[in-house]
Amino acid sequence: MSRAKAFLIAALVLLLGKRRSKRELPEHRIVPPGSPQRRAETLVLLLFGAVTACGVAFIVVYAIDQLGHQTQWLGLALGLAFALLALACIVIARRLVVTEELAEPYPEDHPDEVETIEEILDESGSRFTRRRLVTLAGTGALGTLFLAALTPALSLGPALDTRALTKTPWRRGRRLVDESGKPIAAADIEAEAFYTAYPEGADRELIGSPLVVVRIGPGNGGVVAYSKICTHAGCAIALYRKPTFPDTQPGPALVCPCHYSSFDPARNGKVIFGPAGRPLPRLPLEIDRDGNLRAAGNFSGPVGPSWSGVRQRGARS
Amino acid sequence: MKRLALILLVLLVAPAQAAAPPQGVVANVAQGKSLYAANCSRCHGSHGQGIRKQGPSLKDVGALGADFYVRTGYMPLDDPHTQPWRTRVLFSEQEIRALVAYVATIGHGPAIPTPQWRSASVAAGNKLFTDHCAGCHQIAIAGGVLPGARIPPLNQPTPRQIAEAVRVGPYLMPKFSPKAITPTQLNDIVAYVQYAKHPDDRGGWAIGHLGPWPEGMVTWLLAASVLVATCLAIGRRLKA
Repeated sequence: MSRAKAFLIAALVLLLGKRRSKRELPEHRIVPPGSPQRRAETLVLLLFGAVTACGVAFIVVYAIDQLGHQTQWLGLALGLAFALLALACIVIARRLVVTEELAEPYPEDHPDEVETIEEILDESGSRFTRRRLVTLAGTGALGTLFLAALTPALSLGPALDTRALTKTPWRRGRRLVDESGKPIAAADIEAEAFYTAYPEGADRELIGSPLVVVRIGPGNGGVVAYSKICTHAGCAIALYRKPTFPDTQPGPALVCPCHYSSFDPARNGKVIFGPAGRPLPRLPLEIDRDGNLRAAGNFSGPVGPSWSGVRQRGARS
Repeated sequence: MKRLALILLVLLVAPAQAAAPPQGVVANVAQGKSLYAANCSRCHGSHGQGIRKQGPSLKDVGALGADFYVRTGYMPLDDPHTQPWRTRVLFSEQEIRALVAYVATIGHGPAIPTPQWRSASVAAGNKLFTDHCAGCHQIAIAGGVLPGARIPPLNQPTPRQIAEAVRVGPYLMPKFSPKAITPTQLNDIVAYVQYAKHPDDRGGWAIGHLGPWPEGMVTWLLAASVLVATCLAIGRRLKA
């Protein structure tokens, strides 16, 4: 621990103390350096510190994720950070940047004048006495703000550990229930109709929970269940295309209303139309003694929208 | 002569099916049978048994199915390979009753429903419609498309036709049995569709029934154009 502390101090000293000896003596300047404003400088340092603190507070509030009114706190932290940053900029502009007013008639041809002004700018003195510290504080404040702005990107999904995405509540023996929590009997699944089912006693909000159940043939073997989440962009499969008279009409399909990805329920959820890149995961079913539907295992593939490398992963309980 | 024979046939057969059918109904069935022979038998077969690659069997579709398809103008269909769509109804009220009465005698199908939607819950219907219907028909009952089919908007069907369509599942629509959607729930759904035909458009213009904001956008656009035009006019006048 103390070793780490020593390292930290050494690094800080290196960073702050570097090139200190090389400070050049001020040469003749066109614009006088002006009197140093130690108090204004301290104020700027304090403001930068406060900005950093606000940025850190944003990240901390985001990481805790349990706080009431989280959105409001996040907004407050970010808003304060920007307001303080603006204040710091105002103080620098009004009190710490060298100002010089030159009033003279504007010349017709001005290349020389431009050169002069550029020279003035280049050679004008500085009122900063702790330039490196102010730069460091400013960099720290901006860096923290940048980090804080990037933090919400973590919510886009698990980046390092994607196992949660392939986890589903389905396992052998778990009963299928309808929206009101009643178990579903295989005999109640009628042809030409479609049903939504959930795992009994599990979180229905999980991406692997909802199922669409249809009958593709007579008897107990004619009932099939698929994940209700489209493998393209993760919308709910809310459409069931079921011909009244298959001889002259398009065949049955489970269709996603977002981009019309269509899956064939009779051929293991094969994609027959639309942008989906892999079949709809199928849940193997079994029927218990009471005639109710139960899962006979987990899905045939990973559930939910596709991402890089999704095919290499299977569904896990 | 043929008609008379049919009437006689039905008179002979009918008493065996129902205990005491009223005289008028029997006559209707006979007329319906001749209408059926002229308009439907080419695809559905001479006795409603269905013809492969032409038309499905009408056994057990009942008065409900026949009433729905004929009153919406879905049937008769010119080409059995096209999607039935709402068209002009070809039959008179009396002919429809006769045709429906005849089709009802093929098998044992459901009767024509009479949805009690006036006392049903629009709110409950909204939720049920969202769950079962809005995926295709959209919550604003505007219809849409599906690979292989058009989805009809629901502003034309009568309450009875809506209730019938839920049970029939015409063309590519799934069908919902009284177990999946109870008669009470069906009343709620019909109540919602009846409401959605004339929704409460507070802004004045409907514009997709998406609520007040599309109207607001249009208003802003118009107001912005007027502002720009005013600025231009003032600018011109100042220059002159």
